[in-house]
Amino acid sequence: MRPFAYVRAADVDEAVRAVAGEPGAKFLGGGTNLVDLMREGIERPATVVDVTALPLAAVDDLPDGGLRIGALVRNSALAADPRVHARYPMVSQALLAGASPQLRNMATVGGNLLQRTRCPYFYDAAAACNKREPGAGCDALGGFTRGHAILGVSESCIAAHPSDLCVALAALDAVVEVRGVGGTRRIPMAEFHRLPGDTPHVETALAPDELVTAVELPAVPVAARSRYRKVRDRASYAFALVSVAAALEVRDGVVADVRLALGGVGAKPWRARAAEELLAGGPADEDAFARAAEAELEPATVRPGNAFKTRLARATIVATLRELSG
Amino acid sequence: MSTEVAEAGRAEAVRQVGRPADRFDAPEKVTGRAKYAAEFPYPDLAYAALVHSTVARGRITALDAGAARAVRGVIEVLTHENAPKMRPLSRLNLGSFVKGTNVDYLGTDQVHWNGQPIAVVVAETPEAARHAASLVRVTYEELPAKLDFAAEEPHAVPQKGNAIMRSAADKGDAHAALAAAPVKVDLRFTTPPQNHNAIEPHATTAFWQGDRLTVHDTTQSIAFLRKHLAMRFGVPERNVRVLAPFVGGGFGGKGMVWAGTLLAVLAARATGRPVRLALTRESVYHTVGGRTPTVQRVALGADRDGRLTALIHTSVARSGGMPGQVTAASRHLYAAETVHLRQSLVDLDLLPPTAMRAPGEAIGTFALEAAVDELAWELGVDPIELRMRNEPERDPLTGRAFSHRMLREAYALGAERFGWRERDPRPGAMRDGRWLVGMGVATAYHPSLIMPAAATVRLGADGTVLVRCGLHEIGVGAATAQAQIAADALGVPLESVRVEVGDSDLPAGPMAGGSAQTASAAAGVLAACDKLKRQVLALAGPPLRGRKPEEVQARDGGLHVGGSGMTYAEILAGAGRDHVEAAVKAGWARFLARTARDGRRWVRAASGAQFCEVRVDADTGEVRVSRWLGVFDVGRVVNAKTAASQLRGGIVMGIGLALSEQTLVDPRTGRVVNPSLAEYHVPVHADIPRIDVHYLDDPDPTTPLGLLGVGEVGITGVAAAVANAVRHATGRRVLDLPITLDKLL
Ligand SMILES: Cc1cc2nc3c(=O)[nH]c(=O)nc-3n(C[C@H](O)[C@H](O)[C@H](O)COP(=O)(O)OP(=O)(O)OC[C@H]3O[C@@H](n4cnc5c(N)ncnc54)[C@H](O)[C@@H]3O)c2cc1C
Ligand code: SF4
Repeated sequence: MRPFAYVRAADVDEAVRAVAGEPGAKFLGGGTNLVDLMREGIERPATVVDVTALPLAAVDDLPDGGLRIGALVRNSALAADPRVHARYPMVSQALLAGASPQLRNMATVGGNLLQRTRCPYFYDAAAACNKREPGAGCDALGGFTRGHAILGVSESCIAAHPSDLCVALAALDAVVEVRGVGGTRRIPMAEFHRLPGDTPHVETALAPDELVTAVELPAVPVAARSRYRKVRDRASYAFALVSVAAALEVRDGVVADVRLALGGVGAKPWRARAAEELLAGGPADEDAFARAAEAELEPATVRPGNAFKTRLARATIVATLRELSG
Repeated sequence: MSTEVAEAGRAEAVRQVGRPADRFDAPEKVTGRAKYAAEFPYPDLAYAALVHSTVARGRITALDAGAARAVRGVIEVLTHENAPKMRPLSRLNLGSFVKGTNVDYLGTDQVHWNGQPIAVVVAETPEAARHAASLVRVTYEELPAKLDFAAEEPHAVPQKGNAIMRSAADKGDAHAALAAAPVKVDLRFTTPPQNHNAIEPHATTAFWQGDRLTVHDTTQSIAFLRKHLAMRFGVPERNVRVLAPFVGGGFGGKGMVWAGTLLAVLAARATGRPVRLALTRESVYHTVGGRTPTVQRVALGADRDGRLTALIHTSVARSGGMPGQVTAASRHLYAAETVHLRQSLVDLDLLPPTAMRAPGEAIGTFALEAAVDELAWELGVDPIELRMRNEPERDPLTGRAFSHRMLREAYALGAERFGWRERDPRPGAMRDGRWLVGMGVATAYHPSLIMPAAATVRLGADGTVLVRCGLHEIGVGAATAQAQIAADALGVPLESVRVEVGDSDLPAGPMAGGSAQTASAAAGVLAACDKLKRQVLALAGPPLRGRKPEEVQARDGGLHVGGSGMTYAEILAGAGRDHVEAAVKAGWARFLARTARDGRRWVRAASGAQFCEVRVDADTGEVRVSRWLGVFDVGRVVNAKTAASQLRGGIVMGIGLALSEQTLVDPRTGRVVNPSLAEYHVPVHADIPRIDVHYLDDPDPTTPLGLLGVGEVGITGVAAAVANAVRHATGRRVLDLPITLDKLL
């Protein structure tokens, strides 16, 4: 690991100023992703600003029935919160499907949003990677792509967004609150992560000095009946090949409300709007689920190593909706 | 060791042997007092880190270590330009047997694989060493490289065999018999490369005092490592001391001498400092070989009753290291009228493979046992019944006797315990909600070997016993097992026995490999105990004076004839001795002669029946193993607890082989793409169901104590049992490991 300066921020403004004043500085949450990447020499911040002492670790009720989640709430704490269990089971399930208990005890909500791709070529400094080094090329193209995305990809990068939590947040229209030297902004989840296009190194709408302070979940009544289904290469402790966050309300055989988002297949946490539109107001049966899944996956760009994901995603979407409609 | 001694040992081994004794090393491990190779403190200790090549084949044209040297705390950067030279390997030296590769690390500008160590940084802290290593800039002249196993497979050349490991066999004309067979299967299987992931990554602490070298190392072969280091560093063997009191798992990955060990010793010599080199997980992938990939063909021909008329098993694997015996089980498992076995190898510019738990057999039994299962489907016969119809009375190829063969018993007992009768034979017929349920079986088989082992046993006047043998405590409870054996042989309580292991100053133990450590050491320890008893008897007065050793029983802390006897304390006190010690030496010549002689007399192996139940998600193809039973014939069991752990551990590793483990080597660059526990999928707890292990516990008549070895047989047959259960659940035969969900969609 390269030598770096370590700063522990006492309040939010100090943290933001510390990062703003220093090119190449980074916030440090639980460190479960940043420190790994620093060890590999992929991230090389000159300064890390530890934000874990900031007073951002509470989960509060919002007047409309939603929740405001502090950016420093640990993944394990959020997963165990009874309000999350009751109102947004998909959030709990997504968190518990991720990483390991030890990692979840360390990982923060802010860090989870900002975690970087698990593309193995991104992790290997000897490989060519446009995300690490714009213009260098992409060794994943023509390489092993089992973990790579099929939706929202570009010719410069096909990396998948690895987060489970973010898939649930995308389904729920969460809003990310951020603070920079210029003040506070609210970014809808759908706009928070960027598609690679020809700038895969730009991953989010966040400015370098902006700190995630909270994530707000609006009231989403349908989410009380929701599910996060994660399909992967072993029973636990693996990233998603495909995951589905779904909420469904069926009245008289007709889809009254639906939320659907996908993980493992998207260059960013993938809200399945095309599928939702097809489903809304229509029959809640196997055929309709399959047609909706196909519509969502229609624009997929596959490689030999990840072509199976189209079929797998379709099967997982249908199975999850079937389960929720039963 | 003579058969007479074996008989004597067996008669007495009734009290401790077989008991589930707690392992001696448990408190030390649980409290963290057990010290591993990277934990021995030295004043002035320096830390080393490796620089790995990033091309597969080529020549280093420039190496710029300027920035690395400038890092605070860096002591030295060793490269091919400035490192002291190691001596070459000598064919005549037994130490060459454990060479991991042929590369002369830091003695050459040639690069032979992507990840080869090409420089070593030594620094005051591990952090400085690692950071500086990342700053070394290397320029290469790249050369064309052969990196793609699949592409090179057609160019494979026949594997050389030897007296112990044969690689080809023919009986009759198997191809003609196959062509004529009314029922047949002819299948092509592939198995992927795999890497070692012992919980303790490889580490070495090396310390030179003049020409004397002390090495703490993660080794499974202390005695060979000592010879190897003496040879490579040009010092007499007696000047080298290898210490390995605890090793955090080996599985074959610590049997050979890899770059990390050599370069730690080299760095210590070059800097005059004690040096520690603890590999990162990634460096283990780059410097320690793993399991070879294979392509295998198994073709079986049968008559309509299912009697095998032809068995063809051919394999292509990678050269280098110790070539596995991929088709070995096919020599012994079935009474086929005709047999054709071939093994061949391809050369690649990659880190050579090495032994990995049941090398050859683990993957060979996958192909053979999956093919047998497929034949059962073709015939519409129960797969256990098909095996029983072809169970040979004598070794099918040689006609020799089996020293021990209990597969009929294993299958009968297993079928009963597993509820095989409840299996609906139709594919996909058993369902539990979204899960398709399937049940599969396969035969486990691993040859049983005994290697030379020296040992001393010392009896104190207070009745305590000290056993000394350079064994390897690689997590198996090796010392405890030998204590149980010695306690019975001398008739003393287990608490009176202490066992010293893990040090090259001790009498040379066997390598911890080939499932042979416990049985080999037992031979040495029993012989030493026998010798000791004779010595003690010679010192004894009445009522023992003049008695023949055969008349005397060792029990209750002394020697007895009928109802009368003396305690050891009485005998030693009477003779004015404070201890008696007996030693036996390991003879390689005798070992080779005996192995050859035994091989002509009988075929000896551990075997078993693996029973697996899987659940396959009907939508996504996810496979979960939901139940496991293994019934094993491993001869006598020394320690019921640790033996069960070995068998269970083998099954766990086999489930990884079946479902998830594979090293991804990019065929464009030869680079390992998934060198981490996050991306290389060993099974996690959630992947492993309750595993029932049962052993028949019937001593083999041809080995001391009747042991057959438990370390590797557990993994054999596992991948096939899983594949066969998946076939039953889904109707689909997966021929390529691992069985990932995309193959079932
Ligand atoms: C072995 C392993 C397995 C894993 N498996 C899974 C899995 O299955 N599913 C899954 O979803 N995740 C998985 N993870 C990833 C894990 O969820 C993330 O590492 C974790 O959520 C990151 O949180 P952190 O607080 O540790 O972030 P850090 O590592 O501290 O930071 C990550 C990034 O976020 C930035 N950052 C941190 N906090 C803030 C903030 N408040 N504002 C702005 N920027 C910030 C940092 O600068 C850094 O760039 C796994 C990780 C590992 C190591
Ligand atoms: S897919 Fe993206 S992250 Fe992976 S190597 Fe290509 S550019 Fe880099």
